[in-house]
Amino acid sequence: MEQFTSSIVLSILLIFASAAFTDNILLARFLGMCSVIGVSNRVNTSLGLGAAVIFVTVVTTAMNYAVYYYMLVPLGLEYLRLITFIVMIAAVTQLIEMIIERLSEGLYYSLGIFLPLITVNCAILGLSLFMLNKPYGFIQTLAFGGGGGFGWFLAIVLISGIREKIDEKRLPPGLAGPGITLIIIGIMALAFVGFSGMIKI
Amino acid sequence: MSNGTAKLFLKDVWNDNPVFRQVLGICSALAVTNLLSNTLFMCAGVTAVTALSSLTVSLLRNVTPKRIRMIVQVLIIASYVMMVDIVIRAMAPDIHRFIGPYVGLIITNCIIMGRAEGFASQNRPLPSLVDGFASGIGYSMILITIALVREPMGFGTILGVPLPAREQWWHQWTIMVMPPGAFFTLALVTWFARNRLEKTMKAGGK
Repeated sequence: MEQFTSSIVLSILLIFASAAFTDNILLARFLGMCSVIGVSNRVNTSLGLGAAVIFVTVVTTAMNYAVYYYMLVPLGLEYLRLITFIVMIAAVTQLIEMIIERLSEGLYYSLGIFLPLITVNCAILGLSLFMLNKPYGFIQTLAFGGGGGFGWFLAIVLISGIREKIDEKRLPPGLAGPGITLIIIGIMALAFVGFSGMIKI
Repeated sequence: MSNGTAKLFLKDVWNDNPVFRQVLGICSALAVTNLLSNTLFMCAGVTAVTALSSLTVSLLRNVTPKRIRMIVQVLIIASYVMMVDIVIRAMAPDIHRFIGPYVGLIITNCIIMGRAEGFASQNRPLPSLVDGFASGIGYSMILITIALVREPMGFGTILGVPLPAREQWWHQWTIMVMPPGAFFTLALVTWFARNRLEKTMKAGGK
C-alpha cells in the first residue's frame, strides 16, 4: 500500500515537472504567445497574469476532464469538445472573477483585470486539448494542468525580466518590440530544450 | 468598388499583416511550420475560418445584442473550426494526428476574433468576407515563408521531396525543426518585413 502511494506521488511529481520544464507550454508548444508579446514588458504585470493563469489552468483542465470523460464520451458527443471546452473556460473565468471580487478586493484589482485576457489565451485551451492525448487519471490531470500553468508563469516572468533591461537599449528600428522578444524567447527555448531527455514519460 | 476592394485586400495582406504587423496568431505560426505540408493544411483552415466567420458575424451584426456579441462570435468561430477539424481529419488523417490540437486552437487565434470584432461587426457582408479572406492570406504568406526556411534546413526536403543531391552537401540542422528554430526564423522574418514596411512608409510620406 505504501509503495503504491509513493509511486502515485512520484508519477504526479514527474508529470508536473515534465509539463513545466521539458514540455513547457510556451517554449516547446508555442502556446500563449500573444499575451507574452503584449504584456511581458513589466515584471509586476507578468507576475499577476502568470498567477491567474496557473489558477485557471488547474481549474479548467479538471473541469474539462470531468465534462469530457463523464458527459461527452458516454453520450458519444466527442466532436462537440471544442465548443464545450471554450464555453467552459469562458464560464470558469467569469465565475472566478465574480468570486474574487466578492472575497478580496485587493486580489481583484491585482488579478481581476487579467481574467478576461485569459479566456482568449491559447495556453489554457491548449492544455485541455493536449490532456486528451494523454492517458492520465483525474489526479494526474490536476498535476498536468498545474505544471503547464507553472511553466507558462515561469517563462513569462523570465522573459519580462530580460525585456525590462533590453527596452532601455538602442535597437535597430525594425527589430524593436516583437522582433527582439522573439529572439529572447528563442534563446530561452534553447535552454529549455536542454531539459528534454531528463524526463521520459 | 472593385478598386476599394483591391485596396482593402492589399492593406490586410501587407500593411496590416496580422502576423508581423499586429503580432497576432503567432502560436500556430510557430507550431505547424516545421513541415510545409502541415503548414498548407493549417493555412487553408485558418483562411476558411476567418473568411466564413467574418461573413457570418457581419450577416448577424444587426440582430446580435451588444452585450453578448463576444460569446456569439466565439460560438460562430467554434462551429467553423469544428467543421474544418472534421474535414482535415477526413482528408489527411496522418497530418491531423500532428496538427490536430493546433487546429482546435484556431478558435483562440486572435486574428479571427480581431477581424470579427474590429471589422465584420461594423461592416457589410461582402467587404467583411474580403477582409477575413485577405487576413487569412496575409497569415498564410508568412507561415509558408517560415516553413520554406525550416523544412529544407531541418529535414533537407520540400513538401517531403528531397533537395537535389542532398547527400553531397546537406547537413541536418536539427535546431531548425525544434522550437528555437521557429522563434529565430519568425524573428528574422518580422525584422525584415518591418524594415521594408518602415522604408516604404517613409518614402510614401515624402
